[in-house]
Amino acid sequence: MLAVSSSDAGRWRVLHVRGEIDMATSPTLRQEIIGQIGAGHRNLVVDLAGVDFVDSTGLGVLIGGLKRTRSQGGDMRLSGVTGQLSRVFELTGLDDVFTVIDADQPDGVVGAQP
Amino acid sequence: MTSGINLVIPAQPEYLSLVRAVVAAAAALDPGLGDDRIEDLRIAVSEATTNAIEAHANLGSRERITIRCDLADDRIEVEVEDHADPGFEAGELDSPGPLDRPGRLEYEGGMGIPLMRVLADEMKIRSLDHGTAVQLVVYASGPSKD
Repeated sequence: MLAVSSSDAGRWRVLHVRGEIDMATSPTLRQEIIGQIGAGHRNLVVDLAGVDFVDSTGLGVLIGGLKRTRSQGGDMRLSGVTGQLSRVFELTGLDDVFTVIDADQPDGVVGAQP
Repeated sequence: MTSGINLVIPAQPEYLSLVRAVVAAAAALDPGLGDDRIEDLRIAVSEATTNAIEAHANLGSRERITIRCDLADDRIEVEVEDHADPGFEAGELDSPGPLDRPGRLEYEGGMGIPLMRVLADEMKIRSLDHGTAVQLVVYASGPSKD
């Protein structure tokens, strides 16, 4: 199961995702991201604090979202990347690709791990 | 001594969370496997099962996928067997290559197999008459994959 709600933080549209992101649920997230961009929200934060599993399919959706926002002159950042998620992000090198921030401060970078 | 379970699922993505839950629960029966390694196995098996479901979907196969978990004293072996003939050849996979390869942002897919390779202590892909079997092994006392 996957549920997505949204809120605004300054110029950022924050998508709060809950559940597991895999082959079964990633289309829901992909549609949500495309829908937000289509509605004019080019700066997205995907808050993954409520996500306890993400696989390569889910990572592909996030990469796709990053490319889509940037192609529109916007950006996509992530928050709430902990546990299993941070391990998968590290192993795939995506921790260097994505900017990880505090959901409450989308303009500040907190992902500067040593 | 070995023990284990077999799980046979329809080739549908809705069953992935069930597979992860069952494999994690089976792995937890092995007192030598830490939570981190169980998590590694859970991700790797999910990736292998995802590939099997995709292969079935591409061929319109209505056969089922078998996930076998064998618990031995020193390791857990999981084999994901599909019935998506013809099986893919490991060398012919369309993959972006190493995960840290520059330019990998060009690819939204193809991360599953490299992920399995780094998460499991051993990974073998066998072509069968009727499909493909992916074997994943995690050792209880194995070196951490970090």
